[in-house]
Amino acid sequence: MHAEKEIHFRDAAAKALLDPQLRANFRRAMDGLIAKRLAQFPDPRDLQDLRDLSTAIRSRSLLCLPELLEQLEASCAKNGIKVHWAETCEQANQLILGILQAKGAKTLVKGKSMVSEEMHLNAFLESKGIEALESDLGEYIIQLDGETPSHIIMPAIHKNKDQIARQFSQKIKDAKYTEDVDELTAMARKVLRQKFLDADAGLSGVNFAVAETGTLCLVENEGNGRMSTHVPPLHIAVMGLEKVVARLEDVAPLYAILTRSATGQAVSTYFNLITGPRGEGEKDGPQEVHLVILDNGRSRIYADPQLRATLRCIRCGACMNHCPVYTRVGGHAYEAVYPGPIGKILTPQMEGVGVRHDLIHGSSLCGACGEVCPVEIPIPEILVRLRREATHEDMGSTVVGKGTGRTASEDWAWRLWAGVLKRPALYRVATWFATRFGKALPASAPLIRNWTQSRTKPVPARRSLSERMRAEGVSHE
Amino acid sequence: MNGTKPKKVYFYGTCLVDLFFPDAGMAGIQLLRRAGVEVVFPEGQTCCGQPAFNCGYWEEARDVARTQVALFPEDLPVILPSGSCAGMMKVHYPELFHGQPDEAKVRAFSARVYELTQFLVDVLDVKLQDLGEPVKVTWHSSCHAVRDLGLKGEPQALIGQLSNVELAPLAREYECCGFGGTFSVRHPEVSGAMVADKIADATATGASVVLSTDGGCLMNVNGALEAKSSKLKVQHIAEFLWERTRAR
Repeated sequence: MHAEKEIHFRDAAAKALLDPQLRANFRRAMDGLIAKRLAQFPDPRDLQDLRDLSTAIRSRSLLCLPELLEQLEASCAKNGIKVHWAETCEQANQLILGILQAKGAKTLVKGKSMVSEEMHLNAFLESKGIEALESDLGEYIIQLDGETPSHIIMPAIHKNKDQIARQFSQKIKDAKYTEDVDELTAMARKVLRQKFLDADAGLSGVNFAVAETGTLCLVENEGNGRMSTHVPPLHIAVMGLEKVVARLEDVAPLYAILTRSATGQAVSTYFNLITGPRGEGEKDGPQEVHLVILDNGRSRIYADPQLRATLRCIRCGACMNHCPVYTRVGGHAYEAVYPGPIGKILTPQMEGVGVRHDLIHGSSLCGACGEVCPVEIPIPEILVRLRREATHEDMGSTVVGKGTGRTASEDWAWRLWAGVLKRPALYRVATWFATRFGKALPASAPLIRNWTQSRTKPVPARRSLSERMRAEGVSHE
Repeated sequence: MNGTKPKKVYFYGTCLVDLFFPDAGMAGIQLLRRAGVEVVFPEGQTCCGQPAFNCGYWEEARDVARTQVALFPEDLPVILPSGSCAGMMKVHYPELFHGQPDEAKVRAFSARVYELTQFLVDVLDVKLQDLGEPVKVTWHSSCHAVRDLGLKGEPQALIGQLSNVELAPLAREYECCGFGGTFSVRHPEVSGAMVADKIADATATGASVVLSTDGGCLMNVNGALEAKSSKLKVQHIAEFLWERTRAR
């Protein structure tokens, strides 16, 4: 049974590798981010303490997720935030359209939100005649070119300054060509400033939602998050249902590890705690605040005790910054909303392990992602689990597309492999042949051909270690 | 073992060392013997089962792993000249056998597993005397040795004991060399880009030898260096240590 339309990460990755500019942009950016993060954690014991605490908070939140979500809805209602539930992206899009239409809103200014990317909200709204403008500088840059984010927190990281200079001079009205970063930023700011003032509605993501207080926390560096959520008369926040924590105290450690892991900052420039619409006598803030909570496969992931760890993610992006694969191919090669290691475990769980089988194998399992993850998501272990799911129907799990990545040839190969290796006598014969005739194997044989793209063909030694130990005639038992 | 040094150990060669780096296996055994330890090399060794385990074929991996665990019945340390295979047997066997009838037996086995340099330094506390010519080397840390087994400088400590050896640190030492078992043939382009960067970093150190404790990394880095006709060589750390310290 084959998966329908398998998406081949290998092809897209191979194509990305041929772009030297792209590779240089990512390598430089990722090396910088790795160094900045490291500088924030000078003492590995302090880091481990903070990781333990953060992991415990996220695990505890997930443990009572249904109760916390109910509590969040009640607390939000008390604060005047209207909560909406969406099982699918389609439902979430319709809900948002409905909220906008009810207010007659025609323009929407957006703070950064990966969940809205997951929903393909911009394209949906545009098809309904509503302008959705990205106000995060990186998001603004890629929207100008009709691109998708290549990184979850630095969406335009695949471009360098010179590329952006050229792009702005062509796409922004009356813009002059400059490579000065401050001038470029000022250009975008000028455009966005007016958009904030004119927009009928603002949309944002949510970093943490506090169940006890009904607070929506938003971490950002540019102030566009605050503008999007406070200037327009209507604010719509969207979040994945896993983003809830129990108490306000839970936020501090998560915030501390989020900014340090993400950009190597001890604090972000802005940290917004949104507790409802403009109150009586208050001079700013929206008149209406809505919160759309999206499932899109998350409750299915939640149902599995091992895979549930995927939902601990606080979207810092450290796993991609440290990933040797991501660093070389960049985010677009993943052909997914969430790239990098977290995307490698999240995307197949959302879209199906069969259609994403190639992506699940696009990892050397080096473990760098799991090592830096602030909430200790065992990404390599989950990848291996998904590899099992992709090839085995009988795992008794709720994983989408389980067993659909199985092929007769791979099945046969592993049976043969085990058949030989569990029979030492057979292995002995096989190694005898390999040591005597291994040289004769053509470099163009299947699989060897892949190996020899970048390397010489490995040649077995003339006598194996076992053979030499047998010849030594001692120490056998 | 109660803090006393064991007198007798098992040696597990691993399939890559068995087939491609037998000298490294022999050297590991000699280093242990010289430290006063009797080395038992049971017949019937094949593979730890890691390739099938990593690819999701756990039944096949278990079939092979069971035959291997059975080769080491006595309560003796099991020494491997490979971080990756030692990681498989020590850390991943308990996962692989979780809920299986023989889980307890396998866990007891896993607890006895050591990577060679870890055992030489942490358990045997070996002292080495360098008899070789001056040489500059660099060290490639295997991902699984560091992240699965928690190796914390044991190989560097051994190299540091050699008076005529200069250890030039590798830029991005902790970055994967791109091997990853079947990853190297399933995603040959990305894997190839990773190893190309690794050999560029290794070459930039000015060292003449790249040392590692892992057969997979060695095979990968060696193949890439050979394809570029580089003068830089790779060597398993056991072989390097033994060659430089053995009486001639």
